[in-house]
Amino acid sequence: MWDYIKLIALGLVAVLAAIAAGNARDLAYQVNAVEVMLAAAIAFIWVLRTMGSRQPAPQNEYFDGVVRAGVIATTFWGVVGFLVAVIIAFQLAYPVLNFEWAQGYLNFGKLRPLHTSAVIFAFGGNALIASSFYVVQRTSAARLWGGGLGWFVFWGYNLFIVLAATGYILGATQSKEYAEPEWYVDWWLTIVWVAYLLAFLGTIFKRKEPHIYVANWFYLSFIVTIAMLHVVNNLAIPVSFFGSKSVQVFSGVQDAMTQWWYGHNAVGFFLTAGFLGMMYYFVPKQAERPVYSYKLSIVHFWALIFLYIWAGPHHLHYTALPDWASTLGMVMSVILWMPSWGGMINGLMTLSGAWDKLRTDPVIRMMVVSVGFYGMSTFEGPMMSIKAVNSLSHYTDWTIGHVHSGALGWNGMITFGTLYFLVPRLWAREGLYSLKLVSWHFWLSTIGIVLYAASMWVAGIMQGLMWREVDSQGFLVNAFADTVAAMHPMFVVRALGGVLYLTGGIIMAYNLYMTVARQPRVESRSVAAVPAE
Amino acid sequence: MDYHILREFADSWFLIFLFTFFLGIVVWVFRPGARRTYEDTSAIPFRNEDKPASSEEPGASRDSKE
Repeated sequence: MWDYIKLIALGLVAVLAAIAAGNARDLAYQVNAVEVMLAAAIAFIWVLRTMGSRQPAPQNEYFDGVVRAGVIATTFWGVVGFLVAVIIAFQLAYPVLNFEWAQGYLNFGKLRPLHTSAVIFAFGGNALIASSFYVVQRTSAARLWGGGLGWFVFWGYNLFIVLAATGYILGATQSKEYAEPEWYVDWWLTIVWVAYLLAFLGTIFKRKEPHIYVANWFYLSFIVTIAMLHVVNNLAIPVSFFGSKSVQVFSGVQDAMTQWWYGHNAVGFFLTAGFLGMMYYFVPKQAERPVYSYKLSIVHFWALIFLYIWAGPHHLHYTALPDWASTLGMVMSVILWMPSWGGMINGLMTLSGAWDKLRTDPVIRMMVVSVGFYGMSTFEGPMMSIKAVNSLSHYTDWTIGHVHSGALGWNGMITFGTLYFLVPRLWAREGLYSLKLVSWHFWLSTIGIVLYAASMWVAGIMQGLMWREVDSQGFLVNAFADTVAAMHPMFVVRALGGVLYLTGGIIMAYNLYMTVARQPRVESRSVAAVPAE
Repeated sequence: MDYHILREFADSWFLIFLFTFFLGIVVWVFRPGARRTYEDTSAIPFRNEDKPASSEEPGASRDSKE
């Protein structure tokens, strides 16, 4: 019965998408409608062909198929995102790479949102969904709730990514940082996200453990807050149901404030709370000892979520935003330093008594460096939010350097560590294919990040100082183009750092593939719990 | 319920609520007997690695600890 409802729904979606494609007002909308039609048609055929032959989910096993798919998607999107990153880094250093024949499609302005969304939402988002499904099942001692709902979340989320990415290239964008997708893509993500929340909460409700492990608190705050941020920041009225263009409900400074309330909490809850959930599970697992202080983790959680939500206005210092609002954002950002470092200390001290693992286990080394970068960027962030510092750093490449020390260092490295942890367990393999390659990956990415962050500090501070330099008559000394010319060497260094990071990502993809393809299978699943050494 | 009423409320009662809630959390975390509970909770990742707990009774999974 349920299958018939699914077939009717999928058939309807496919037909409606075909009608929408036929009536489309613009190319981006048309292409997206065709993509939706194809996705619905493929799902229709799959449901039809497997009708009656699908087995009910065995409740005495974890639902790991969707986690495996998530791991593959994370690796794939990671390499894609890093590749686009390297391309746009070279486009900035050598503008000639903005080819004339690709103008309007593959120039820097079009590829930059593709890069940010690919690494944050495709790479980071798939890592978060996959790891949260893994963690919530293990720490609840229960199978993922909702039968095949996990598959809907996985495929739905990846369809969202494809829709968003093709939309950007063809010109469908709201021009909001990290919230570029247009209205219908936003609606689709809302549906997927509610399903994600249900699957996660349902598993927690039927847990067999009396307590909810702290990692789940972080994951849950990430899911709930992102839902709220996404809905409020994307309040828009479509111009036509057959076109991608929409008009924002907020305007002016209200729109700017809403956008950066969203934007900074995308950092705070997507890239911090969610990844802290990863940290609180995978660092103890890889170190084989419980988290340093569970009490600290609870205080960390509440302090972090109460403070982060206020920090957004620091993106709008010296703008039309009221002074009190930007002061509030600054003060809250500085206070935020404390819980952030509380969490960092908790992660690092989990290794106390097991520091020797740093020598023998490159995976734990990756996780430790990741937590170290978390500490560094959560010190740098509050510092940059201080108005006096911000007057120098804002609009310069220092900001870009800060973002990347957090994204490449903290988010990237903890995800790599998680992937190295998960793949042997999910495919029941005897450890990783090569620890030597993990070490290569570790050093390539670490050196890559250092090159990136250092060159952007130099470029940003130089740019800021050049902008404010005045001569004895009070005239500005430098034209904007002078700063661009002066930054060229740093842009080249940054691009080379990106090449190293991309190389590390490709090595990881190869290593993970070979782990599944070449490593012997472990017969008893319980053997898989032995750490990969 | 216009903006100013909300703003007044946020600046006063809700601010106090959030702050006392947070202080309450800190006090609650250090309550007597918390250490044993948290030792058990922080050990959750080290059980039920391979399959869900079989018993229907909540908390029973702790018996399967190695």
